[in-house]
Amino acid sequence: MQEPDFRGDNHWLTRPATIKLLWRISSIALVLLVLTDLAVEKHAHFGIDELPGFSAWFGFAACVVLVLTSKAIGVLLKRPDTYYDD
Amino acid sequence: MMTSTFVQPALVLIAGGLLLPLIRGALRSAWLLVIPLIAAYLVAIVPDGTAVTTSFLGQQLTIVKGDNLSRLFAMVFAIATFAGALFALNQRRTSELSAAFVYAGSAIGACFAGDLISLFVFWEAMAIASTIVLWSNGPNARGAGLRYAALHFLGGTILMAGIAGEFAATGSLAFDRMDASTTPRCLILAGFLINAAATPLSAWLPDAYPEASWSGMVFLSAFTTKTAVYVMIRGFPGTEILIWIGLAMVFYGIVYAILENDMRRILAYSIVNQVGFMVVGVGIGTEMALNGASAHAFTHIIYKALLLMSAGSVLYMTGMRKCTDLGGLFRTMPVTTTCGIIGALSISSFPLTSGFVSKSMVIEGAAQEHMKIVWLLLQAASAGVFLHAGIKFPWFVFFQKDSGLRPSEPPWNMRAAMILCSALCIGLGVMPQLLYAQLPFKVDYAPYTTSHIIGQLQLLLFSGLAFFLMLDLLKRTMTITLDVDWLWRRLGWNVLSWFDTMVGRWWAITTRKVSAASLTALARIQQYHGQGGMFGRTWPTGTMAFWMTVMLGAFLILAYI
Repeated sequence: MQEPDFRGDNHWLTRPATIKLLWRISSIALVLLVLTDLAVEKHAHFGIDELPGFSAWFGFAACVVLVLTSKAIGVLLKRPDTYYDD
Repeated sequence: MMTSTFVQPALVLIAGGLLLPLIRGALRSAWLLVIPLIAAYLVAIVPDGTAVTTSFLGQQLTIVKGDNLSRLFAMVFAIATFAGALFALNQRRTSELSAAFVYAGSAIGACFAGDLISLFVFWEAMAIASTIVLWSNGPNARGAGLRYAALHFLGGTILMAGIAGEFAATGSLAFDRMDASTTPRCLILAGFLINAAATPLSAWLPDAYPEASWSGMVFLSAFTTKTAVYVMIRGFPGTEILIWIGLAMVFYGIVYAILENDMRRILAYSIVNQVGFMVVGVGIGTEMALNGASAHAFTHIIYKALLLMSAGSVLYMTGMRKCTDLGGLFRTMPVTTTCGIIGALSISSFPLTSGFVSKSMVIEGAAQEHMKIVWLLLQAASAGVFLHAGIKFPWFVFFQKDSGLRPSEPPWNMRAAMILCSALCIGLGVMPQLLYAQLPFKVDYAPYTTSHIIGQLQLLLFSGLAFFLMLDLLKRTMTITLDVDWLWRRLGWNVLSWFDTMVGRWWAITTRKVSAASLTALARIQQYHGQGGMFGRTWPTGTMAFWMTVMLGAFLILAYI
């Protein structure tokens, strides 16, 4: 098979303008979602889940904590992927 | 044997698998597709209650006993076998497919087993057949397969010890609801948990599964862990410790998947994560939570097969498995990318996908029981699922950077299998009542309420935001992450090598000493008995005659005393 040439690759999805547009649309979607949350009547179970935008900030915070925890664990437990080969 | 109007569905798959090597040509493909469909039909017509019994060593064994729960699991196993076989039509290694059918059949057999002996037989058959599925991938899978087999046979031994103890204590072999209050029952539960890849022995799963072939892992992901979930739903619902074991599995899966580079090992860690949600459901033990665990097992088998099919297609077309080598494949593999994304959305419980209607029942189960901490942890874990599987897998495999790879789409049958699974994921997400009608308990739950949809979308989309903001921290490195299996793969090995060196050294010293001592002894002998030695000399006849006389004289005197 002939080695393909990628220097000319300029897929519309990878163009900086497209990526910028995607960030903008996503940001608007996120803001609208939280605003909707404020308007919707909730069936809360515990009190904490009644707080405005609970799922939004809780999900975000959970991900930050999970990534940082993983990185910390990784410092201790990561090894080169040839570790068990020899 | 009781008369029966139907055939045990497990036997059809097992026989179909064993006969497969004899079938060649176009008939082989037809065989691979028709056998699972027959099995699915036979599963559907298994009646409620005991249907087939036999006696063995004076014991009445219940080989087939049906209810909603066993039919639900057996049915999804048959569906997974059909989809997996369609995906694997161009797998040339017949041993893998043959073993996969025996494996699937044994899993269905385990679902209908009404007593502990029948269950044990199918349980062990699964261990053997799945090891052969692994080993069919050639020499690279040999070590992982051996470790896999060793751990499963250990699990089987623990289970057998529990069954023997249970029989000795109660005189009954019936497999029904039990509580983990006696030692034998704890052993039975431990045997189940090993197969569920429960913490702390989860490492066998991400160690072994990714070493299977591009099609083998699709089969492996479906049966072993979910059979374990099934037997725990039947045997140990409401066992509180399962909530905490399940939560440990959920977070173990997320953390290890975040750190992982191998695309199929990411998905293997996420199996542990998803089975964790089911184990939590079993631990909560209410009708809502058990329905949730059952439904989640059903949907999980399908979307996980779908994710592994998309990863398998990438592996099949490129031969690459590491995120660091992949990226940008969406350009030339649009169908694989789209199907992979549908699987990723389903595992993340996105509204309108199957995961949304099943996982939320487990979480609702925690809420109904006012388990605040459990509920919060499950919500955090749901965000983590989107992070480690929902975005990470498609992003690093299909987008990320331009790896320069331009693989074409996989063959038609692999695309068809992915499209079938995608359709099932969306179909169940849009029409959850189809699934709810099959659950073990009556369902009184509506997943599509405005607050649930808005809440879930916030949770997922803000997790997505977190992913892209922390992308630098999530960059893949050429690393693995140590796990409990380090104890036997490295520590055990080092202890053994140390022991080997020590024994060698002791042996060298001992042989040296022994040979030195024997040389001295030889020299002594030489000195006395050799040429010129005291006893080696030729003695004069006179001396001989003198000593003879002395001896005869002594003899004479002794005789008279």
